[in-house]
Amino acid sequence: MPVKVSLTVNGKPVTADVEPRTLLVDFIRAQLRLTGTHVGCDTAQCGACTIHMNGAAVKCCNMLVMQAQGANLVTIEGIAAADGKLHPMQEAFREHHGLQCGFCTPGMVMSAIDLAKRHANLNEATIRAELDGNICRCTGYHNIVKAVQAGAQAMRS
Amino acid sequence: MYPFDYQRAASVADAAALLSRNPDAKLLAGGQTLVGAMKLRLAAPPQLVDLGAIADLRGIKADGGSLSIGAMTTHAEVAVSKEVKQLIPALASLASTIGDRMVRNMGTIGGSVANSDPAADYPAGVLGLGATVNTNKRRLAADQFFKGMYETALEPGEIIVSVSFPVPKRAGYAKFKNPASRYAIVGVFVCEGQGGVRVAVTGAGPSAFRVPEMEKALASNFSPDAVAGIKVSSSALNSDIHASSEYRAHLVTVMAKRAVQAALTAG
Amino acid sequence: MGDMNLIGSAVKRREDYRFLTGAGTYTDDVQIDRQSYAYFVRSPHAHATIKRIGKDKALKAPGVLAVFTGEDLAAGKVAGLPCGWLITGVDGQPMKEPAHPPLAQGKVRHVGDQVAVVIAETYLQAKDAAELLEVDYDVLPAVVDVADARKKGAPALHEIAPDNTCYIWALGDKSAVDKAFASAQHVTRLDFVNNRLVPNAVEPRAALASYNRADDSYTLYVASQNPHVERLLMTAFVLGLPEHKVRVIAPDVGGGFGSKIYLYAEDVVVTWASKQINRPVKWTAERSESFLTDAHGRDHLTHAELALDKDGKFLAMRVQTTASMGAYLSTFASCIPTILYATLLAGQYTTPLIYCEVTAVFTNTTPVDAYRGAGRPEATYVVERLVETAAREMKLDPAEIRRRNFIREFPYQTPVALLYDTGNYEATLGAAMNLADVAGFAARRRQAAERGKLRGLGYAAYIEACGIAPSNVAGSLGARAGLFEAGEVRVHPTGKVTVFTGSHSHGQGHETTFAQVVASRLGIPIDDVDIVHGDTGRILFGMGTYGSRSLAVGGTAILKAVDKVIAKGKKIAAHLMEAAETDVEFADGVFKVAGTDKQVPFAQVALTAYVPHNYPLDKLEPGLNENAFYDPTNFTFPAGTYVCEVEVDPDTGSVDIVSFTAVDDFGKIINPMIVAGQVHGGLTQGIGQALLENCRYDKASGQLLTGSLLDYCMPRADNVPSFKLDTKETPCTHNPLGVKGCGEAGAIGAPAAVMNAITDALGVRDLEMPATPERVWRALEQAKTQKAA
Repeated sequence: MPVKVSLTVNGKPVTADVEPRTLLVDFIRAQLRLTGTHVGCDTAQCGACTIHMNGAAVKCCNMLVMQAQGANLVTIEGIAAADGKLHPMQEAFREHHGLQCGFCTPGMVMSAIDLAKRHANLNEATIRAELDGNICRCTGYHNIVKAVQAGAQAMRS
Repeated sequence: MYPFDYQRAASVADAAALLSRNPDAKLLAGGQTLVGAMKLRLAAPPQLVDLGAIADLRGIKADGGSLSIGAMTTHAEVAVSKEVKQLIPALASLASTIGDRMVRNMGTIGGSVANSDPAADYPAGVLGLGATVNTNKRRLAADQFFKGMYETALEPGEIIVSVSFPVPKRAGYAKFKNPASRYAIVGVFVCEGQGGVRVAVTGAGPSAFRVPEMEKALASNFSPDAVAGIKVSSSALNSDIHASSEYRAHLVTVMAKRAVQAALTAG
Repeated sequence: MGDMNLIGSAVKRREDYRFLTGAGTYTDDVQIDRQSYAYFVRSPHAHATIKRIGKDKALKAPGVLAVFTGEDLAAGKVAGLPCGWLITGVDGQPMKEPAHPPLAQGKVRHVGDQVAVVIAETYLQAKDAAELLEVDYDVLPAVVDVADARKKGAPALHEIAPDNTCYIWALGDKSAVDKAFASAQHVTRLDFVNNRLVPNAVEPRAALASYNRADDSYTLYVASQNPHVERLLMTAFVLGLPEHKVRVIAPDVGGGFGSKIYLYAEDVVVTWASKQINRPVKWTAERSESFLTDAHGRDHLTHAELALDKDGKFLAMRVQTTASMGAYLSTFASCIPTILYATLLAGQYTTPLIYCEVTAVFTNTTPVDAYRGAGRPEATYVVERLVETAAREMKLDPAEIRRRNFIREFPYQTPVALLYDTGNYEATLGAAMNLADVAGFAARRRQAAERGKLRGLGYAAYIEACGIAPSNVAGSLGARAGLFEAGEVRVHPTGKVTVFTGSHSHGQGHETTFAQVVASRLGIPIDDVDIVHGDTGRILFGMGTYGSRSLAVGGTAILKAVDKVIAKGKKIAAHLMEAAETDVEFADGVFKVAGTDKQVPFAQVALTAYVPHNYPLDKLEPGLNENAFYDPTNFTFPAGTYVCEVEVDPDTGSVDIVSFTAVDDFGKIINPMIVAGQVHGGLTQGIGQALLENCRYDKASGQLLTGSLLDYCMPRADNVPSFKLDTKETPCTHNPLGVKGCGEAGAIGAPAAVMNAITDALGVRDLEMPATPERVWRALEQAKTQKAA
C-alpha cells in the first residue's frame, strides 16, 4: 500500500505517494530525476549515493525514502550556486584533478563537504581515514586528498 | 526488497502495540544493517515499525557514575558527545570506528546491540563495560544479553530503550578491521571499573564474549604485558575467507594488549 | 590568438563541470518514454544442466511484459558471443572456441550465467517475477581452480574441449633456452599465483535499447569503452542486423579498466528484446551482478626460471603458465595471456633467450579478459620478482643487477617478437632511486626496527607495449579486428572546430587532452575546439579505448585529419593571397606567404571554405571537413621504475605502504596533470592486487565467495600513500606526437614493486598475492619456526 512522504530536496518541498520499499536513492533518481546521485554498489560500501540529510552525510541507497520523512535533503545538484558557480569543494576537485570518470564524484564531493564541516583541521591522515566510506576506482585518491584539503580550507575562508 | 507494510511509531508504547499485533514485524532503527539485508532479499519482514520519530529514544544523559544512551542515538552522536568523551572516552572511540562516517550518521546503538552481529563493535563495549540494556519491559545485564550469533535475550515485542554504562576508572578499545567491510575481525574492549576488570571480544566468536583469564591477569597487573602471554583457544572462534580461527586467536591477544595500552594512555 | 603552450600544459579538465554538478549522463541516467526493465535470471550453480524452464507463473506476475530464454533466442536466430582473437596452438590447431549463447542453452557453466530475462513495467516487478521462474537443474561437479582444470577426472565444461583446454601455445626457442639453462651458473626459480581480480568500475554495467518500427532501427545506450566495436560484433556476429540500422551510444561511462570493452550477453538480449516487445528495455547491473558477470582479470598459475651467469647477467628465461579463460571465451580473452603476456617477458633486459608456454583452460568461473594492464602486469610480475629474487640469491644489489642487464641500444629486437623503438631505462631507474631516497633506506629501516616495524624496499622496472599494431601483423597473430583509429575534424564556417574521435573517454579526459592537441596544431584557442566521442551515429568509425592506445593511436588519427585541414587551408589561403600554394606557411593559426607580410587567419580561411565566393571552385571542393584513419606501424613501449617502501607490523601482519615512487617514460606528455592522475589510479589498482584484492571461489561448490564489496576488498584512501612521481622522456619514434600511453603503467609495475618490498621486509623468498595480514603473519611465524629448527 502506498504511503505518503513529504520532504525538502535542495530547498524545494516535495510530497509523494510511494511504495514503502522505495529506497531514498531510487526516489531521488527516478521520481525526482536528480540523477547526479549514483548507485555503485548494493551493500553501502561505495558511497556514490552520498547526500546530506539534515546537514549530515548519509548513504541514500541504504535507507528507505520513509526514513527521510520531514527531512531536509541536499543532493549534488543543490551544491553549486544558483548562477552555476561551483562550491569551493567542487572547485577544489576541479583544480586538483580529483576526479576522472566522474561516477563516484558526486558522492565524494558530498562526503568531502561533510568532512570539512566536521573537522577544524584536516590533515592528510584524517582525510584518508575519514574517506573510507567512499570508493574511487580511478584516481588512486592522491588528488582527491589534495582536493579535500584545499576545498576545506577554501570553505573556511 | 520484497514489499512490506510500513508503520511509523509515535512512541515506544505505540511501537510495542504494533509489534504485538504483528509478531513478524521488525523494528527499524537506523536501518544500516536491516535495509541492506532487505535489499539483498536476505530479510523479508512483512511489516516495519520505524522508531525514527520517537524523540524519547534519542540522547545521552550522564547521571551519578553512569552514562545512559538512548537506543536511537547514532554512532556519530556518541562519537562526538562531550559527555561520552569525558566519562568513557573509549566508548566514543569505539563508536568512531563503526562502519564509515555516513553509516555512523544513521546507525544507532539500539539497532546495533539488538542485532548482535558477531563482528559489530558495540557488543564489545556493552559487554566490556558491564552495561545494562534497558528495554520497555526490564533491565538486562550485558552478561545475560548476548546469546549467540544474531541472538540476544530480547523477547518478542521487547524494545531496547537505552543502554546504561557505568563509568569506569579506565577503558580502551582496539579493533582490527576487516579491510573490505570495515567490521571487526577482532575487537577487544578492556575496562577497569567498580566491578573489577572486564575484557570483552567481538569479531572473533559467534557473539561477543569475555576472557576471564585476561581479566584475572589484568586485575593484578593492568599492563599490556599482563595479557601478552595469554592466548584464547581458537577452537570455538570464527574462521572465514578473511581470517582463520588461529589468526583470530592470535589477534585477540594483540588487540587486548593494544586496548590495555589505549586505556592507560587515555588515563 | 591561439594557445601556444598547450602541449605539456596542465589544462584543467573541460568535462569536470558536468561531473562535479551531477550533470553527467551515464547510461542508467537516460530515460526513454515507455521504457521497460529487464532482470536477468542467473544460474545459482557453477555447473548444471537445465532440465526444464517453466515460464507460466512469471509471465502472470504483475507488470510482466515478457520472459525469454535461450530457446527463444535460438528460435530468433540469435548467435553466440564471438571471440575476437584466434590463437593457434603448438599443435597447429586453432583454439577451442565453444559456443557462448547470450542466454544458456541446456547448460550453465558458472554462477551468474544468464538463464533467462524477465521484462516488466518496473524493475522491482521484473525482479519479483524472476523468483517465479521455475528452473530445474541437474547439478554437475564443477572445477574452479586453474590448477585443477586439466586434472584427470575434472568435469568438462564444453564437449569440444574434453580436457578443458582451450589451447597450448608457445613462444620462443625451447631447445636453445634449455641448453642455456644447462650451462648456467645460477638459476632462480619461482612459482606464482597471479590472483584473479574483479574490475569493479564504480559505475555498474548498463544497457538501454530501443527499437523504432518506423525505420526498423535500434538505438542502444551502453556503458562501453568502444561503441563501434560493440555495434560491429553485435550486428555482424550475433544479431545479424544491418549495421547502419543500429546506433550505439556510450554516453558518460563511469570507469572501464577493460571490463567495458566486451560485448556482453545483456547488451545483446535487451537490444533483441526491444524489438520483440516493441518497447525500450533497460538493464542496469546490481553490484552483485557485476561481480558475477563483468569479465575478471589475471588468474594465472606460473612456474618461472631465470638462468644467470656468475656476474648476474641474464642468460635465459623459461616460463610455464596456465591461464584461466573462465567458463567461456570473452571478446579478447585468448590474446591476453599470449600476445600481451609472453611478448613482454624480456622486460627492460637483454635476456637473449626466452621460452614461454601458455596453457589456457576453461573453469566454472566468470570469463576472464583484459583488466587494466592485461597480460603485462602478469609478465612484469614474473620478470621483476625473478630478477629481484636472483639479486638476493646472488647477493647483488637489486638496482645493480638490473643495470647489468638493461637494454641500452635502440631499436632493440627482443627474443619474444617485439621491437622496442626507444627507451632509457637507466634514466628512470636513477631518477626513481633519487626520488625514493634509496640511499637513506638503511637508516629508515633501522629507525623502523626501533619502533618494532619491519621495513622493506622493492623495485619494479616495468615495460609495457601499448596500442597494439599494426593491424596486418595483429591479423597474422590471430586478431579478427583492425587496430587503427579514426578521427574527423569538422571546421565550422566561423573557424570553430568539432572533433569526432573513435576513442572513448571513461575517465581519461580526452575532451581536454585531444582538444589541446588540436588547438595547439591549429593555433586556435582551446575553447574553440570540442571533442565528440561515444556515438556511432555521429562518429565515422572507431576501435575505442583500451590498452593505453587513445592518444598514441586515436590522437594521431585526429592529428592526421588536422593536417589534412591545414593542407586544404593552404590551398584556400594561397588563392586568397594570390600566392603559390608552396609558398604558404601555416603557424600559430595564421596562413602566411613566406617572406612577405601577407597573411590570413584560420577563421577567414574557414569562412571562405563555406562561403566560396572568392574560391577556386574549379580545383577545390568547398567546405573544411577532413577525416583520417591511422594504423600505427608498431606498438609503443612505455617503461619506468617503481620503488616501493613498506612497513610491516609483525604483531598483526599488516602492511603499510609508507612510500611509493614512480618514474615513468611515457614519451611526450600532452597534459601532465591528467597523466599523473592516470598513474595514481593505476598504482592504486596495482597495490590493490598486491595487498587487498582477491577473487575467490569455493572449490567444492564453485560459488563466488567474494561476491560483494563486503568481501572483495577494494583499495580505499587509507590503503595507499600520496605518491612521488616523476617522468623521463624518450619520445616514441613512430607517431607524430611522440606519445606512448600512460593508462596502465601503474597497474603493471606496482604489484611486483610491492611484493619485492614485502619479501624484503620479511626476509622471505616469496609470498603469494595478495599479501593479506594473515598471510604476512603466517610467513613470519613460519620464518620463526624455521629459524628455531
